[in-house]
Order: sequence, then structure tokens, then C-alpha cells
Amino acid sequence: MKADPKGVLTGEHYLDGDHACAEGGLAAGCRFFAGYPITPSTEVAERIAERFPMVGGIFIQMEDELASMCALIGASWAGAKSMSVTSGPGFSLMMENLGLAAMMETPCVLVNVQRGGPSTGLPTLPGQADMMQARWGSHGDYEIIAISPSSPQECFDFVIDAFNLSEQWRVPVLVMTDECVGHMTEKVVIPPAYEIEVVPRRYTTLPPSEYLPYRPDPDMVPQMIKAGDGYRIHTTGLTHDERGYPVMSAECQEQLVRRLVEKIRLHADQIIRFEEDEIEDADVVVVSYGISSRVAVRAIALARKEGIKVGHLRLIVVWPFPEKRIHELAKKIKAFVVVEINYGQMVYEVERCAHGQAEAILVPHGGGWVHDPADILEKIKEAAR
Amino acid sequence: MAEIRVTGFGGQGIIRLGYIIGKAASLYGQQHATLTQSFGPEARGSACSAQVVVSDMPVLYPYITRPDILVAMSQEAYGKYIDNLKEGGQLLFDQDLVSTGELPKSVKAFSIPATRLAEEMGNRIIANIVMLGFFTAVTGLIEPEAVRKAIPGSVPDRFVELNQKAFDVGYNYVKEGAVVAPPEDRS
Repeated sequence: MKADPKGVLTGEHYLDGDHACAEGGLAAGCRFFAGYPITPSTEVAERIAERFPMVGGIFIQMEDELASMCALIGASWAGAKSMSVTSGPGFSLMMENLGLAAMMETPCVLVNVQRGGPSTGLPTLPGQADMMQARWGSHGDYEIIAISPSSPQECFDFVIDAFNLSEQWRVPVLVMTDECVGHMTEKVVIPPAYEIEVVPRRYTTLPPSEYLPYRPDPDMVPQMIKAGDGYRIHTTGLTHDERGYPVMSAECQEQLVRRLVEKIRLHADQIIRFEEDEIEDADVVVVSYGISSRVAVRAIALARKEGIKVGHLRLIVVWPFPEKRIHELAKKIKAFVVVEINYGQMVYEVERCAHGQAEAILVPHGGGWVHDPADILEKIKEAAR
Repeated sequence: MAEIRVTGFGGQGIIRLGYIIGKAASLYGQQHATLTQSFGPEARGSACSAQVVVSDMPVLYPYITRPDILVAMSQEAYGKYIDNLKEGGQLLFDQDLVSTGELPKSVKAFSIPATRLAEEMGNRIIANIVMLGFFTAVTGLIEPEAVRKAIPGSVPDRFVELNQKAFDVGYNYVKEGAVVAPPEDRS
């Protein structure tokens, strides 16, 4: 299905990452936004608020982030593509209801413009320290999808991808950007609507008498209905059976949680995306994502000039993690160098997937700025030794 | 690649000036341009700065490290950033708002009474665009036509014409052989 031209601002623009996220949402068909302003994400909400009246969307500034996340779930079940945006402290507040969205299998998109933390930290400066929270922040077992843009252009493109993944797999999808990308202004090309592929909601084709809200299709994802279409519907955060009714038993829990996890894990190869460069002869592979991937490229070029065989694996989809690829590479190389603006998050995932066959070296950074390429170069040299 | 820092007080249109430079280079000048910005704690009256990296290749590292060009529109901003200007770099400043004192010999300084020229045109708010014209002529970094094209859509519609004129005033200030004051002439 192609995008609705009404929401697509076709043309070449000079936009910051936050505004590009907003345009990505509009192009993907987002028509409901609920959020609470927080630096450095507020510009996303501002632009949505400005543009929604032109496309017939609903914008609500909620009382807080708990309510915002809840409103996304309600709007999604009412048939709207829904989205919110936040940063560190707000992300923490959204965690409980993010789990509710995962449990109820609610398509929705949440953009986190990461800033330095913990707590209120550095509101106007970048960080990448919410990456593990993105994966594990809500309680219980569930799988999530997260994608990480490195430029305003990718903010636009990846928010569309996020909506599509969200509709396809019926999970909340997180767009993990950061203050640097959010407030950086670059050229953004918005294609015509007929070139933008949009995944429609998986509405049931069954009559009301045969429809069960949580009976999965062969790909493990159940069909949805829209409130008010005449179907009987029950959905809850409690463990539920195919009818959507609570069942307090280990058997039902096993069936449900296993499916929530496996619908993503067993299809991870379809979801995972990464880019590789100069991997073939590499002794060292730099792993990075988001803004850090751009900075890393400069360090890699410097290292190559010095004759070090170093390649680059840039994560686009960060969750699910490219476990198999890291394991394959670990057998061939000496070490991974992981560049991220935190004191160690995705590096543990690299380490886990390397199964002890290659070292995983972190280039740490507390946040507030991006890495100095010289610091990355130093770790590449250390890794190559 | 050129690193540019535009700096002055909040309210002078400093960020807008940086934005138009970046927009001109990347949308109409066949170059790549990344704009980042920093603000003081208040919206108006505090030091603010826009940084633009203009390059023929995609910009990787988003921030500037040592600018090739410093545009200064306030004394405070000048004092804060002059030492960071690259050796041999260009300094463009509003001569009525910035007193440079003695400059390192390697700095190439160019001055214009941008705010006064804007006031003579009836509105000091366009001083940033006078400076934009001056910047375009002095640096030769971006084609003037590309910069002109970048003005509509970047300023309120009803002021496009006035801003185009302001651009010409700044641009022609150099062309007409008007004073480009060497720093030692300034007190």
C-alpha cells in the first residue's frame, strides 16, 4: 500500500532530525499523537501539532508520559496509527505502559531523542545510554523492535520503517535517536507519496462470529479489529487466551509469552538490518549505531591510512540484535571495538554473541558530546595488536 | 570542507543566518551542509552560536572543531570564540558591535556596519541578512544565486523582498569597493 499523499511533504528540505521524525510519522500515516514536552524531543511534538490540522490528525498534550503512552494504545485500538516522542526521564515513565502495549500487541511508535542521563542529566546534550532500557525497560518477558537513525534523512526514513514494522509484527517500535541527530539540520529528501511503501493494519477478514482477537496467523501475529466495527473484543494486560480473556495458569502464560517472544525471535532475520563496510579482510570490526556510526567512520578512515585492517558494522535495527552475524565475524577477527555514548550497553550484547571468540572493546563516553575520533582510533590500534 | 561559526546575541537572527548558509549550500549549491546550534540559558540577549560544516563530501563528524570562518555580531561572542579561529581563518564582524583590539596577523578580518546598514533600510532585524550578503561575497564559498534562492521560505513571506534587498546591500558592500577594514584601523 502507498502513503496517503495528504501527509507527505514531497520535496527537498533543510530540516533538523526532530522535524524530520515528525514528517516521517505524517508520511507513514500517523494521525494520532499524544505526548508531554521534554527537551530535546519537543520539536517533534511542535511540528506534529502544527501539521496535524492540515491532515486531520489528533494531537493531545497529556498530563505526563504515563498517560501519553496509554493514549497511544487507546488510539491504536480505535484504528489510528499513533506515535509519541520523549527523552530519558519521560522514557522511564513510559516503561510500564510500553509493556502493556507489548502485551496487548498494539502497533505504535515511540521516538526517544536520547540525552545525557541518568535522571534529568543533560537535557540539551546527546547520549546513547537508554539502549538497554529500550530492550529491557518494562517488566516481564517480551520482545521489542528498535531502530537507530544517524541523520535527519534517516529520521524521516526510519520513522516510516518503524510504523511498518509495528503494523507487521504488532509490537511497539522504538526509534532511538539522540540530541545530536535531533537538533542537527541537514538536507532531507521527501519522495512523492507513491514511492513510499506503507504497511496497512492487519485487519481481520473473518466475520464477527469466527473472530478471536488473539488467535495467531501462521506468522504468529494475530489479526486486529477496529473498535466500533461490530466485533466482540476483549484485551488486557493480564495473561490471556485467544479470546483475550484473562486466564491465570502456567499453561496459558507459556502459550502467550512464548508467542510474544517467538514472533520476533523466529523472524529476526526479516527484521534485522545493518550495514557493513570493508569487512572482508578485517582484523578488527567497529560496531556502532546512530550518531556514533558517523564519527566512527572518520576514525576507521584514519586507521586504514595507518595500515590497520578495520571494518565497520553499523546497526540500523538495534533490537533484535544481529546475533548470528556477530558470531560469524567473531570466528574470523581479533576484536570488536564498540562505539557508543555510554559506559557500556550494546558492547555486552556484542560480547555475548562473540561467544569468547573475539574480544569486545568499548570506547566509553559519558554523554554530552560525541566521541573524539582520536579516542576511537586509539582503541582500534589496541584491538589490532 | 569549511567550518563556519556564526555568533552573536539571541534575537539577532544568528541561527537563521547559519540556517540559510546551510540550506543554500545543501539544497541549491550541490554541497553537503550540517548545521548545529548552541544557545545560552535565555532565549534573547545571551550569546548564541550556529555552526555549519560545508563540504563536497557527506559530513561525518557533525560538529566544528576549528572554524575556518568566524562571523561575529556581538562583543561577547567575539571574545568567546576568536581564539578558536583556525590560523589563516577569516573573521567577519559587525564593526559597530565588535571591537577586535589587536588581532593575530594570520587572521584575515573583514568588517561591515551590518546593523547600521539594516537600520538605514528601516529595520535592524535584517542585519543578519546584510551579514549573509557580506559573507557570500567575502568567502566565495557558496554561489550568490544559491544563497538568494535559500531566502524565501527561511524568512516570513511578507519580508522576502526586504531580505533580498538586505542581501544585496551586504553583497555589494564588498563589490563596490567599500571599506573592508583591516583590524589595525579599528580601536
